[in-house]
Amino acid sequence: MWRELEPMTTAVDTDRRMVARSADGDVPTASPAVLIEGLRFRWRREQPWVLDLPHFELARGERLFLAGSSGSGKTSLLSMITGIARPACGTLRVLGTPLDTLRGAARDRFRADHFGIVFQLFNLLPYLSVLDNVLLGCRFSPSRTAAATARGGSPAAEATRLLARLGLAEPGLHRRPATELSVGQQQRVAAARALIGSPPIVIADEPTSALDGARRLEFLALLLEEVGQAGSALLFVSHDRALARDFDREVCLDGAESA
Amino acid sequence: MNIPSLAWHSLWHRRATAGLVVLSIALSVVLLLGVERIRAQARASFAGTLSGTDLIVGARGSAVNLLLYSVFRIGDATNGVSWASHLALRQRPEVAWTVPLSLGDSHRGFPVLGTDRGYFEHYRHAGGQRLEFAAGGVFDDRFEAVLGAEVARRLGYRPGDRLTLAHGAGRVSFMRHADKPFVVRGILAPTATPVDRTVHVSLAGLEAVHEGWPAGRGARHGPEAHGEHAKHAAVTAILVGLREQVQVLHLQRAINEFEHEALLAILPSLTMQQLWDLLAVGENLLLAVGVLVVVCGGLATATALLTGLNERRREMAILRALGASPRAIFGLVLGEALLLTVGGMLVGVLLLQALLLGALPLLADRVGFAIPAWPPSPREAWLLVGVCGAGLCAGLVPAVRVYRQSLADGMTIRL
Repeated sequence: MWRELEPMTTAVDTDRRMVARSADGDVPTASPAVLIEGLRFRWRREQPWVLDLPHFELARGERLFLAGSSGSGKTSLLSMITGIARPACGTLRVLGTPLDTLRGAARDRFRADHFGIVFQLFNLLPYLSVLDNVLLGCRFSPSRTAAATARGGSPAAEATRLLARLGLAEPGLHRRPATELSVGQQQRVAAARALIGSPPIVIADEPTSALDGARRLEFLALLLEEVGQAGSALLFVSHDRALARDFDREVCLDGAESA
Repeated sequence: MNIPSLAWHSLWHRRATAGLVVLSIALSVVLLLGVERIRAQARASFAGTLSGTDLIVGARGSAVNLLLYSVFRIGDATNGVSWASHLALRQRPEVAWTVPLSLGDSHRGFPVLGTDRGYFEHYRHAGGQRLEFAAGGVFDDRFEAVLGAEVARRLGYRPGDRLTLAHGAGRVSFMRHADKPFVVRGILAPTATPVDRTVHVSLAGLEAVHEGWPAGRGARHGPEAHGEHAKHAAVTAILVGLREQVQVLHLQRAINEFEHEALLAILPSLTMQQLWDLLAVGENLLLAVGVLVVVCGGLATATALLTGLNERRREMAILRALGASPRAIFGLVLGEALLLTVGGMLVGVLLLQALLLGALPLLADRVGFAIPAWPPSPREAWLLVGVCGAGLCAGLVPAVRVYRQSLADGMTIRL
């Protein structure tokens, strides 16, 4: 069920990770971004386990490619890492915090503070402008608002900067409703939202599956570059193994594929 | 972008639906407050029909009946009060003034009241307002009449016009005193009381009609024709004003125990209250209709929010992923319901004010029925609080549902 592929980590990558780790001052002990031991999960008691994970680790600043076909438990894993679902047994530590011991509201706040998330499709609220959709990334987190302010002068300025970095500098575009954008543009807005306020962990759940070949690689390159800039760890979920080569490490959740 | 601002943007995005909901709430508020205002005004107007009169005296019978025929011109008196009793009453030391009322005739469906000049001096309505003349003045001659505002308007009379009286109170009467035309001497300003529908003539004129006094021949002119010392037949009722109000109960008992004639004296305000209590069923019915309409407004809110929820599951999942708690999402939907309700209330109150301001001059002019546009009464404020509560209750259903959904769905997005 579980197999770690040959690490593609180079010495340079390791150094970069070390830098990112020490740069994060609030947890002096080098606790990984995500650490999972002996985790099992099922949605209902009478149902079979959808996830049985003896060990999983995402280092700080690491770029991890998570592969697995549908039904391999990717969604369940992401739900648990982001604190929406709780494991039936095992330990789950995110940035050193045992997530399963936090209460509901604290878990929501933890997610707001430490995660940036990009979905496969329809990431944006249709009734907000492009800029407001990006700013939504730090609305529920004072610490990310502070981080965005520290970096860009104000959250709005930081959002504008991120959008420009992701190729959305066109004037007038920021005020437009999010739904008027192309899918590729929407995904880049979603990436900007995930990155604003530099959260320590960015999770991308098949963010490129709605894009065509060239756009896919372009988006991935932008995402990797910005994650590197922000010093965030990236957990990139995809069934498209061709994208895996730019990552530090590749992990496969799918037992059948590993055979 | 806190939750209220999100709720606002979300509603603005669906402004067509939201606008309709706001409109339906606004209309229900217009109806509820309108009904309440008309009810309050009707009550005040009813209570203001007669003021300044301490006692009404009539033949012994039911108190409500005496009030109905003497003040509201509804029904008939079975018996009258003799002129001797009237004089005896007037001569009592505690009595400041008396106004005799003689009813029973009509003019084209409007009641005819025989009285004296004191009526125009002592009759008070709407908390102490005197009768005002829109044109002309008080009758001087026995064949002169003073018309209420509605009589003049509906029948198109102007001072100087002639009219004939009919015996009996019906609209169509075969016994007409055609040989005795009355001349319109004055027309009263609207009062929103039965005075508007009354033709006022002097007691002497009314009696002349009945006695077959030939018109224009032997008719005595001058105040002695209807003066204090004129002899008259029985009258229907007497309005009594006292020198000292504290004596009212004492005098009432004295009249009720009057030995020469079976009389009844009533306190107008007290009996008016009894009569209003009889009418309270209708009052409550009006209010019940208003409340039902508000419930409908609440249902419209709930429907509008519920139908949108399935399409918004994805939106809720995104918000959850961004760190919004299920409670915040609950608050978002409830906030939308609150915004719709408050918006509807504001539009409704403004609409009602506009309607009243538009209709006010017309109402005051035509029926003398003034509905003050501002300020709203405390009762209306409570009704608005109730509307707000109904809106919140309506929002609670979709909010609870979205709360449960967001707990179950989490970040998983159903397409």
